[in-house]
Amino acid sequence: MNQQDEAVLTIYERSKPGRRAAVLPDAEVPEAPLEELIPAELLREEPPRLPEVSEPEIVRHYNRLSRRNFDLDTGFYPLGSCTMKHNPRLNERVAALPGHARLHPAQDPKRAQGALELMWLLQESLAEICGLPHVSLQPSAGSHGELAGLLLTRAFHADRGEERTKVLAPDTSHGTNPASVTMAGYKAVKVATNERGGVEMDDLRAKIDEDPGDVACLMLTNPNTLGLFDENIAEIAALIHEAGGTLYYDGANLNAVMGHSRPGDMGFDIVHVNLHKSFSQPHGGGGPGAGPIAVSERIEPFLPRPQVVRREDGNGSGPFFDLDLERPKSIGRLRGFQGNFGVFVRSYAYILSLGADGLAEASETAVLNANYLKACLAAGRAGERLPVAFDRHCMHEFVLSGKPMKKELGLATLDLAKRLLDFGFHPPTVYFPLLVEEALMIEPTETETKESLDAFAEAIERILAEAEEDPEVAKQAPYTTPVRRLDEVKATRKPVVRQPLDG
Amino acid sequence: MTRYTSATPDDRAEMLATIGVDSVDELFEQVPDALRLDRPLALPEGMSEADVYERLTALAARNADAEEQVCFVGAGMYDHYVPAIVDAIAQRSEFLTPYTPYQPEISQGGLQVMFEFQTAMSELTALPVSNAGLYEGPSSVASAGYLAMAATGRRRLVVSRGLHPHSRETLATYAVGYGAEVVEVGLNDGATDADELAQAVDGETAAVFLQSPNFLGAIERVEALGASAREHGALLVVACDPMTLGVLKPPGEQGADIALGEGQPLGNRLDFGGPSFGFFCASEELIRRMPGRIAGETDDVDGRRGFVLALQTREQHIRREKATHNICTAQALNALAAMVHLAWLGREGYRELGELLVRRTAYARERLASVEGIELLHGAPVARELAIRVAAPADRVLERCAERGIAAGYPLGRDYPEHEDGLLVAITERRTKAQIDDLVEAIAESVTLFGYTPNNATEGAAR
Repeated sequence: MNQQDEAVLTIYERSKPGRRAAVLPDAEVPEAPLEELIPAELLREEPPRLPEVSEPEIVRHYNRLSRRNFDLDTGFYPLGSCTMKHNPRLNERVAALPGHARLHPAQDPKRAQGALELMWLLQESLAEICGLPHVSLQPSAGSHGELAGLLLTRAFHADRGEERTKVLAPDTSHGTNPASVTMAGYKAVKVATNERGGVEMDDLRAKIDEDPGDVACLMLTNPNTLGLFDENIAEIAALIHEAGGTLYYDGANLNAVMGHSRPGDMGFDIVHVNLHKSFSQPHGGGGPGAGPIAVSERIEPFLPRPQVVRREDGNGSGPFFDLDLERPKSIGRLRGFQGNFGVFVRSYAYILSLGADGLAEASETAVLNANYLKACLAAGRAGERLPVAFDRHCMHEFVLSGKPMKKELGLATLDLAKRLLDFGFHPPTVYFPLLVEEALMIEPTETETKESLDAFAEAIERILAEAEEDPEVAKQAPYTTPVRRLDEVKATRKPVVRQPLDG
Repeated sequence: MTRYTSATPDDRAEMLATIGVDSVDELFEQVPDALRLDRPLALPEGMSEADVYERLTALAARNADAEEQVCFVGAGMYDHYVPAIVDAIAQRSEFLTPYTPYQPEISQGGLQVMFEFQTAMSELTALPVSNAGLYEGPSSVASAGYLAMAATGRRRLVVSRGLHPHSRETLATYAVGYGAEVVEVGLNDGATDADELAQAVDGETAAVFLQSPNFLGAIERVEALGASAREHGALLVVACDPMTLGVLKPPGEQGADIALGEGQPLGNRLDFGGPSFGFFCASEELIRRMPGRIAGETDDVDGRRGFVLALQTREQHIRREKATHNICTAQALNALAAMVHLAWLGREGYRELGELLVRRTAYARERLASVEGIELLHGAPVARELAIRVAAPADRVLERCAERGIAAGYPLGRDYPEHEDGLLVAITERRTKAQIDDLVEAIAESVTLFGYTPNNATEGAAR
């Protein structure tokens, strides 16, 4: 068996009866038959068929698998809207301190003062960055923050004796926005995009005017998913507030504006922050992250329980950090315990490392890098074949359209993306946002060097040049990856989602 | 130059020239002046790596963690030993730093881990379909409510009081959004009241939610309790503790349609509550309604085996407002940790660990019950956690034990006012016989000191 085949065996296929890794402590207590402790009908007859493998095999298996992953530590990852910035190892080190990693979440607050103070400090930091006075760290991800924001909106209106049914969001919004709207029991209403890439004001007015009293909320990303700052934001905010709705900020693109512009100052009531994007929590191959929310004064009474609070101690021994479980108007819990604390530690370490000046400079460099890469691409073949969807300065990301490339070279955006794999790059986000045909959404982040941006632009240039000669090369790509294009239709029509096991 | 960026002044000048602007500020001109922050953020200046480390170490030192205190607290998250290989593998760049595997050709490692994880969770719960993980336990319960409503077209959710209080609260929060009515059924001697449950379930019921072992540690008779759900066509949702499934009959063998729970005990640290993951397994019929990522096996154009994200048409990035759920994460790194831990335990080790927990818990229960002033809160069978009632104010007992270096348990009074003097005591393989003996001694001592006896009349009156 060669290395390639060897790598795709699953851990179950390496299993051999009688092998094992774990050595457990002795019971030290009477070893009565289990049936004497638990009624036999509640006991499992056969243990689950977990693999039987030794420790060296486990290590080798997962290390081999790891080599079949592309990762940010190895290469450029310009995935739009995902903010693949460097993940500092300092953050891993401090998150692993036993005082963090082995702290039980039900520990009495007086014996968890360091953890609660850290959470409070992070709340304060995010409040300042967002320009909104109150923060809940509880939501576990961006989408969870969205759901929280919509439930807060519902509670806010209910408290005023109102029930509204519609949530507006631009057609450029992230897919999680409309999905969250439905889960929160609202109806999603699309708002069109204008020729500058912003919200189409006439359409927005029309959607509001249909029934202003029925508009619960407008969800917006700003800069939006085209990487453009909506210049009409103040007017948009005024229209929504006039109608009595709340304004929700999807913080996926906060990395563009840290220290430069604040959602609260733009008029937003509720903001979620992706700590795994702007605040350097590693993405882990798809989680974990965290999606804290910052809110305005009028939303604060409804924040989830528990809330970390700072109480001034009457005895003069300093402040006391506590979990406030009372909160009578709260929407309640969104999850167990206090949130993804390990993520909070990493993001707070990141904020401490960069400070006010560093955060502002990070956003500045993110914007510089994006505009530079956009300019480099425009100067080459991409300028014709992959024009930028909205031709103006972008913020931290930009969107290209592969429409001419497809028409002229027969190359779909997907083909270009797959060919990039052979050049050692992670492709940009593809086919999003939906309103741009054959879209490519590129976000380089501030942590990339000029050299890596140049190399990426050069790879696009070479792929387009190659396609002018022979488009088939890219259409069959990739060639150098552990596997080539996979049959995704089969995986959905006849899903095989587990390993068949014997015995 | 700030931390983690690398543009030199020369780089900047060149880049600005290429863009055709004089300063980065020009790029920010699209932000209206009135919305430009005209001052620095009111945050401290950046710090050196060494200083950040010291600052966070000082904060961490103000927490009493499970190295400082012997931890008998559970309530959903447990101080298990995480084997060294879990950390070594989960800290590899190739697992730590990628995004969700949208490009399967360069994500085979992560996708295969998801597939292996799904297989393991299916085995543990004895249900055929598993997703690759959700945020954590209680929100997974709320997600099951959403699924049940869509699958049955009904709006009533019947919930045992034995379900984790955080799960019940989270379900209630979500239910306001998706418009469900939540009905709670009480406990009788620690376990779900079968008669009350039978009465609560009707033709409008979308799902019945049980937990076993339940929050008070009692192993529920899931199969019998599920009868009314079956009779009325409601889904049976069972929350379970993955560390008990080596010895306890799995939900899938007891008629559960969905088995889910908090995954932390498998390979994940306490982390003051997260990140961890939720697992979510279901019957075949529910696969197209599942929330979350699911990896599936397929072939590439050369006929080689490979893995992809399957059934993406359920998901928000394709279906938007018609998606089965809004979730966009799989807690992939936490699920990887669980998978490595399970492989390390292996088929035999996993069962042995379950047996070890049952036996040590039985020992602790017997020892505690023999102490005057301590009684068992219920007589139901238990696996790894037990509930007692102390004849003294629970907070004083806990405080005294804490002074002796023992986190003695979780006080039940806040979540269960009917058990004001109740304590929940959790056992892991890290809790030795000697530590259990110390715990018994410490609680016994504090009951003597603070007990509701004639000698302590004021304490009793203050109750």
